[in-house]
Amino acid sequence: MSSYNAFSLFLRMLSATHSFLSSSFMLLFSRQGKLRLQKWYVPLCDKEKKKITRELVQTVLARKPKMCSFLEWRDLKIVYKRYASLYFCCAIEDQDNELITLEIIHRYVELLDKYFGSVCELDIIFNFEKAYFILDEFLLGGEAQETSKKNVLKAIEQADLLQESGGIDEEELEE
Amino acid sequence: MPAVSKGDGMRGLAVFISDIRNCKSKEAEIKRINKELANIRSKFKGDKALDGYSKKKYVCKLLFIFLLGHDIDFGHMEAVNLLSSNKYTEKQIGYLFISVLVNSNSDLIRLINNAIKNDLGSRNPTFMNLALHCIANVGSREMAEAFASEIPSILVAGDTMDSVKQSAALCLLRLNRTSADLVPMGEWTARVVHLLNDQHLGVVTAATSLITTLAQKSPDDFKTSISLAVARLSRIVTSASIDLQDYTYYFVAAPWLSVKLLRLLQCYPPPEDAALRSRLTECLETILNKAQEPPKSKKVQHSNAKNAVLFEAISLIIHHDSEPTLLVRACNQLGQFLQHRETNLRYLALESMCTLASSEFSHETVKTHIETVINALKTERDVSVRQRAVDLLYAMCDRSNAKQIVAEMLSYLETADYSIREEIVLKVAILAEKYAVDYTWYVDTILNLIRIAGDYVSEEVWYRVIQIVINREDVQGYAAKTVFEALQAPACHENLVKVGGYILGEFGNLIAGDSRSSPLVQFNLLHSKFHLCSVPTRALLLSAYIKFINLFPEVKATIQDVLRSDSQLRNSDVELQQRAVEYLRLSCIASTDILATVLEEMPPFPERESSILAKLKKKKGPGNLPDIDDARRNVNGSTEHSENTEAPKKSSPSLVADLLPTNRPRPASSSPIMRSAGTMGTTHPFTDLLNLNATPSAGASLLVDVFSESPAPASVDVCEENFLRFVCKNNGVIFENQLLQIGLKSEYRQNLGRIYVFYGNKTSTQFLSFSTSVASCDMLKTQLNVHAKTVDPLIDGGAQVQQMLNIECVSDFTDAPVLNIQFRYGGTLQNIAVKLPVMLNKFFQPTEMTSQDFFQRWKQLGAPEQEVQKIFKAKHPMDTDVTKAKILGFGVALLDGVDPNPANFVGAGVIHSKCTQVGCLLRLEPNTQAQVKMYRLTLRTSKDTVSQRLCDLLSEQF
Repeated sequence: MSSYNAFSLFLRMLSATHSFLSSSFMLLFSRQGKLRLQKWYVPLCDKEKKKITRELVQTVLARKPKMCSFLEWRDLKIVYKRYASLYFCCAIEDQDNELITLEIIHRYVELLDKYFGSVCELDIIFNFEKAYFILDEFLLGGEAQETSKKNVLKAIEQADLLQESGGIDEEELEE
Repeated sequence: MPAVSKGDGMRGLAVFISDIRNCKSKEAEIKRINKELANIRSKFKGDKALDGYSKKKYVCKLLFIFLLGHDIDFGHMEAVNLLSSNKYTEKQIGYLFISVLVNSNSDLIRLINNAIKNDLGSRNPTFMNLALHCIANVGSREMAEAFASEIPSILVAGDTMDSVKQSAALCLLRLNRTSADLVPMGEWTARVVHLLNDQHLGVVTAATSLITTLAQKSPDDFKTSISLAVARLSRIVTSASIDLQDYTYYFVAAPWLSVKLLRLLQCYPPPEDAALRSRLTECLETILNKAQEPPKSKKVQHSNAKNAVLFEAISLIIHHDSEPTLLVRACNQLGQFLQHRETNLRYLALESMCTLASSEFSHETVKTHIETVINALKTERDVSVRQRAVDLLYAMCDRSNAKQIVAEMLSYLETADYSIREEIVLKVAILAEKYAVDYTWYVDTILNLIRIAGDYVSEEVWYRVIQIVINREDVQGYAAKTVFEALQAPACHENLVKVGGYILGEFGNLIAGDSRSSPLVQFNLLHSKFHLCSVPTRALLLSAYIKFINLFPEVKATIQDVLRSDSQLRNSDVELQQRAVEYLRLSCIASTDILATVLEEMPPFPERESSILAKLKKKKGPGNLPDIDDARRNVNGSTEHSENTEAPKKSSPSLVADLLPTNRPRPASSSPIMRSAGTMGTTHPFTDLLNLNATPSAGASLLVDVFSESPAPASVDVCEENFLRFVCKNNGVIFENQLLQIGLKSEYRQNLGRIYVFYGNKTSTQFLSFSTSVASCDMLKTQLNVHAKTVDPLIDGGAQVQQMLNIECVSDFTDAPVLNIQFRYGGTLQNIAVKLPVMLNKFFQPTEMTSQDFFQRWKQLGAPEQEVQKIFKAKHPMDTDVTKAKILGFGVALLDGVDPNPANFVGAGVIHSKCTQVGCLLRLEPNTQAQVKMYRLTLRTSKDTVSQRLCDLLSEQF
């Protein structure tokens, strides 16, 4: 066993007081290891988040294709899947269902795809706020809120309509 | 990209993101970001009021910068302003910023909560949803305080929109997980259960998650959900796949809801109502049947969703553990998956079978798959799958297959990934011990472990083999012979030298008859390894040598020569030097009789739980135990199963190392000569120099002499004179009067401690009816468990007895337990009460960290209640080395080079208690310049009571 470094100690301190939620966090990152989206359902400080992200990105990128989509990592189970250049990665608790989490990821990808129209990494980079809004409609507090694709997209489209009627489209001096 | 071009395109943001993407280097990126930050800062500070759109755009840019990994220390106020905008898109960005960059700045929290309150009351469903999402995303205590009582009424109100209900349910779930105490139970809980009947499947899905969380905490209040959940599940599994419209996912009906319902049912035992029970059994059978049907689609999503429901159903079957047919069917289904071409399914089948192995109904069926599992161990290309195979082999092991499984694990160990070696070693060690009929097999297995993976054999493992050999006479000769042979190898692992040294020191005589392993050969063999070993091993070997002197008088001269050599007597390591000096002296002055008494064979160890098991559990982490023993607890299995259930329940992980090589535990009954000779190599309270400092505190007991008729311990003044002397040290004399001296020797590890109390009768008359008890005030009883072993009721004149106290820190505490002692001396009853020096700081584990880490943490613990500071006069001369020793004795790690001022002391550690662990940072600043020497002590921990207590304790020490 690798000796406890200060970090894992801190994690242990945390896990002593908080039980991890069904989905503890979700990360999207590119094949180059660039983080594209992060959603945390556990209270952690920024430094911890960065450290977890760095380690996890490394671990997942080091895995070969065809390997299984699940791995144990610290006290959590990691479920990940690659779509084109992006890795989608969810951390869940020991008791949770890996396969359904894999399909959570897939449904989220479908939602992005439907909204952006064959989504690519650039869409998520340039419209990161939209990616967060869609995720919030689908998953809340780490649990599936609405699994119907139609209903989620309806909610997002309604919001977009509100923008069109309410927002003033200003192309003023930028910067 | 149709949707993207909709209204809100923030061109400035897109330009900025492009710029960042075009940066060729990290430096260029940082430069561009700094430029942008300066621009935004000036816009925010500028005189011209910004319009909502600009504010939104800049806040969004800040968010982007933050998500790139840079720190953001402004813009919060502007984001909060956006919350009260009546334009949806501005509000939305404001909420996103707040959700991502939560700041516990109290002023802002108030403003944020106000905005949320307005939106919740707006009756505009989109605004309400934004507010609820924000609460669920942040989930802080402040928000729970403000909204936990309001959200339930939104959830159950008849006129609430479905989408708002969904958000409210999960929002409440989040608050319940973070601050359950603030979520009031009440009339709404009954109505929440009825949401399981709701027409809108999205509402049912969200509500099921909430109900599951609530039911886990108070199952009785949500019992009515069982029948509703079964009914719902039954409707789903029997529905035609198109019935549920958009909730059908790749031809699988509502897979998420099904999984959640099955999860909810796992909070309860099987339904008592027969009709309900058979309806549920039907559901489960239907799910199992579906697994055998041909797939409705070739898409992996179809099979994943279908199997997700299947695995959850199997979990429920295992949880109920009551339907043999279902268990066996589940097991056979998993058996099919073991050979499936999908790696994911093989992985899950191995994992799930692990729990099935613990059921008496399916244990035998699981065992039939042993060859497949062994094959997986050998052929799987993914280490995480192999890991599962190891777990399953461990779980399916019993007396009938132990030899095969242990052999397979050993051979796998030779090529196993480094990351899982230690765990395999622990598992092999446990199985070998648990299923050993023949202890020679056990000894062989452990020696093989050391040979194959010596570096991964932890102390617990080799301590354990020694304990077992000492306790089992039948295996001692074999063990001596085997280690002797193993030591012949030109290169053997240091752990083997330790085991070999210990066993030959105890039982070398059993093989000394053979000239090939004569005493001299044994000694030379051991000594040939000496110089290659680390200090603790050498210390152990020195003890083995002195044991040899006793066992084999013929090698005495040879060994004395070795002990006498400069490399021993003048060894720079104090422990080795002391042992060499003392052992040499002992061998010269002590008579054969005395030697034989002092160095007699180790008495058997008390039977206790294997500390290896505790170690494996610790390694697996809390709540993460696919462990046979834990799982079998629920099973009224065969005797073999139930014999395993005892060990983990006791959950008394070995306190002090069972067999510390530097300090072999001896029973109290062993010869007193041993003590006076001081051969233990450790400081004994009565030979301790510290003893000289202790002033006899006679007063109390003299008074007792006069009023000896009053036996009530309450009337006795508690002696706490020496209490504070023990803050930074563990051993010494805690109490002394004309009759009695009480010495303490204590050891602490994590949240556990052990104190050896030595009662010395200073008179020449026997003490009668000697008894002790430990008393704690009511509050302390909940914070600290103290368990005292019984003590001998007679103490002869001039003799001493020993008592052991086991201590467990449950949560942080302030008070200290009191040791009450009662005995008769010359016809009068003596009562003595001593405050036991068990303080919070004893449960420190030191933490080393870099300067950067330290200050980062220091900043994190910046809330006013987390810090306690005290300025006080020095009571002793200021001596850097003494101060350092005291801080180390306090239990923290002393961090050098962290404080810019070298005169200051900085330390860090973690207080371990059963409930929680509290990180602690401290800083001590001496002021040597002032007329009166002063110190300033600052402590920061995450808990105010801890900071205060530690400060009080430590500030008394200088």
